[in-house]
Amino acid sequence: MKTDKVYKCEIINMIELTPMEKLFHLRILDPAERDLFSFRAGQFVMVEVPGFGEVPISLSSSPNNREFMELCIRKAGQTTNMLHKARIGSRVGIRGPFGTAFPMEQMVGHNLLLIAGGLGLAPLRAPIYWVTDHRSDYRDVHILYGTKEPWQMLFTYQYEEWERINHIRMLTIVEKGDENWKGNTGMITELFNDITIDPANTYAIVCGPPVMFKFVCNHMDNLGIPMNHMFVSLERRMHCGMGKCCRCMVGSTFTCVDGPVFDYWSVMNLKEAI
Amino acid sequence: MIYKVITKSEFRKFVSGLIRENQTIGPKLVDSDREGNPIYQFKEVNSFDEMDLDYTQADYSIKNFYLPFREELSRFDYSNSDWEQNIEYHVHPRVIVGVRACDINALTKLDKIFMKGNFPSPHYIARRKNTFLIGMDHEPLDDCFCKSLNQDVVRHGFNLYCTDIGKSYYLTINSSKAFNFLRNVKTSDPGKEDDRKYIERRKYLKKKFRTHVEVTGLPALMDIEFQSDVWKKWGDKCLNCGSCAMVCPTCYCHGVEENIEVNLKRSRKERVQYSCSIVDFAEVAGGHNFRPLKEDRLKYRFYHHYRGFAENADEQICVGCNRCGRACLAGINPRDVINDLRMESEE
Ligand SMILES: Cc1cc2nc3c(=O)[nH]c(=O)nc-3n(C[C@H](O)[C@H](O)[C@H](O)COP(=O)(O)OP(=O)(O)OC[C@H]3O[C@@H](n4cnc5c(N)ncnc54)[C@H](O)[C@@H]3O)c2cc1C
Ligand code: SF4
Ligand code: SF4
Ligand code: FES
Repeated sequence: MKTDKVYKCEIINMIELTPMEKLFHLRILDPAERDLFSFRAGQFVMVEVPGFGEVPISLSSSPNNREFMELCIRKAGQTTNMLHKARIGSRVGIRGPFGTAFPMEQMVGHNLLLIAGGLGLAPLRAPIYWVTDHRSDYRDVHILYGTKEPWQMLFTYQYEEWERINHIRMLTIVEKGDENWKGNTGMITELFNDITIDPANTYAIVCGPPVMFKFVCNHMDNLGIPMNHMFVSLERRMHCGMGKCCRCMVGSTFTCVDGPVFDYWSVMNLKEAI
Repeated sequence: MIYKVITKSEFRKFVSGLIRENQTIGPKLVDSDREGNPIYQFKEVNSFDEMDLDYTQADYSIKNFYLPFREELSRFDYSNSDWEQNIEYHVHPRVIVGVRACDINALTKLDKIFMKGNFPSPHYIARRKNTFLIGMDHEPLDDCFCKSLNQDVVRHGFNLYCTDIGKSYYLTINSSKAFNFLRNVKTSDPGKEDDRKYIERRKYLKKKFRTHVEVTGLPALMDIEFQSDVWKKWGDKCLNCGSCAMVCPTCYCHGVEENIEVNLKRSRKERVQYSCSIVDFAEVAGGHNFRPLKEDRLKYRFYHHYRGFAENADEQICVGCNRCGRACLAGINPRDVINDLRMESEE
């Protein structure tokens, strides 16, 4: 296997979600390579913009969608800026998929708490799609989503579908509302006041900025959810995605190959993790 | 493993033959420092006499012949609005002569990272497989502590290893290639006297070590002393220059960079050696740094070296050559830092 080889993809669609984030639909050009590509919820790809750089981006689509993949990308620096300037038809590369996944099979028959902060809803969409594709496998499913301000909410057009069609309860909160905002304001942990959970039979997935993990997981720990039932997706600087460059190391663990998905118990025992 | 004995003059003939046929790298005296101490470097040689096989230690290990400071991983060629990726491996069969035991062991550790696992590096493998490695024992410097880490003897990772037994070398042959090459020169099976000399030499070298660093229980100690003030004490001195990592035979942290050529017709994707001591090593988009303080970075380098690395969490990646200690302008060396940590926990 040529470990440095990228799959060439075409951008087949771009949707502006907010002034900062765009959703890209990427399709692997070569049909044979496209057939080979599959991933599990929670994994990421390295997106290559030749000449500019390569960045790790979580897969944000359904693992069942073999035609194209969705990536939600925030304008954050050199490479992501270039991506935002790309046009439909532009060609970028991907390597991967890399990393560990959320153990969706292990969660079958349980209640799920899917918790995201800010851009964290992007990686969370893969498990959400998984759940909607296998809805009868899971019991009560809640999505708890918080952002700083209302305009930062991502994928607002899908909430209705998740609630009505897929019977997932969606709760949102912002730190600071505006004149149009009628919903909750405060920290994301406040959303726990609006739900009842059965801690022993609940699994949780948490995606968001590093500060969020501590608060949210601590809160769930107090509610009695076992630490090995909570899964977090860690973010680190990444250059290779293959456990070689050490940029993503946490203690003696590589986020790119041993993660990004870790259960909270392991993370608690990792030096430097959160 | 097969053992043979070769006279030094016959060895000279053997190596001269290799030099004639292959690109050959060996230890060369290149300069002297302010105190008049010799400075040695591994460089390409064209004759046996250019080498100084009695060299004490080369400031840089042979790491960079396997992990060049900068190397092309792939190239993108542009046409109209499209591009093609090209991956090429350039391999020259070559010979490296006179490599010390700890440096060979360092390579064996790098093998675990770059040749094993799910994503072996074809670039590294090509270089490793196409290099004929001749090792050679030496008298340790006062500050070498490879014996403390059990890295003063080699078991694998080389083709041929020479132990000095006076007028001859006691050869350890570790590859069929080496065995075949040796057919062209005169060697003999070791006799009783050769065996005795060999064992004497090994004992003598063992006794010559002056520096001992107690490493038992070090992995656990790294965890226990994670919050220790010792990190701050040494971290505050650190200049974040990365010299320690550049000279270390096992430091392999790197970055991946992409550069467009001036004619805008192609770009190169390159692996560039880097160091975890450098400020932005763990910085992510938006400016958040996972290791903002000097002590965090210094600690991390020690943690990676002694707590365990890659797949084998129990193996220490340091081989005890103390190049980092000698190179550090701030006077930081592993012996002092580890001793401080021990004092801290044993008080
Ligand atoms: C597992 C994982 C999943 C991610 N998923 C998403 C996602 O779905 N959507 C999204 O918008 N962003 C995601 N990110 C963050 C995204 O990778 C960074 O925003 C992006 O790398 C910034 O690159 P840049 O070249 O634009 O910025 P620059 O600051 O110019 O970055 C230069 C280099 O630094 C590295 N780098 C910088 N910031 C980060 C970072 N935060 N994480 C990792 N490497 C970094 C990159 O390798 C890049 O080559 C994810 C990060 C990780 C680790
Ligand atoms: S002593 Fe220093 S330079 Fe030598 S292997 Fe250990 S860390 Fe690297
Ligand atoms: S060589 Fe010394 S000063 Fe430079 S980064 Fe290493 S420990 Fe710090
Ligand atoms: S990204 Fe290189 S080791 Fe993880």
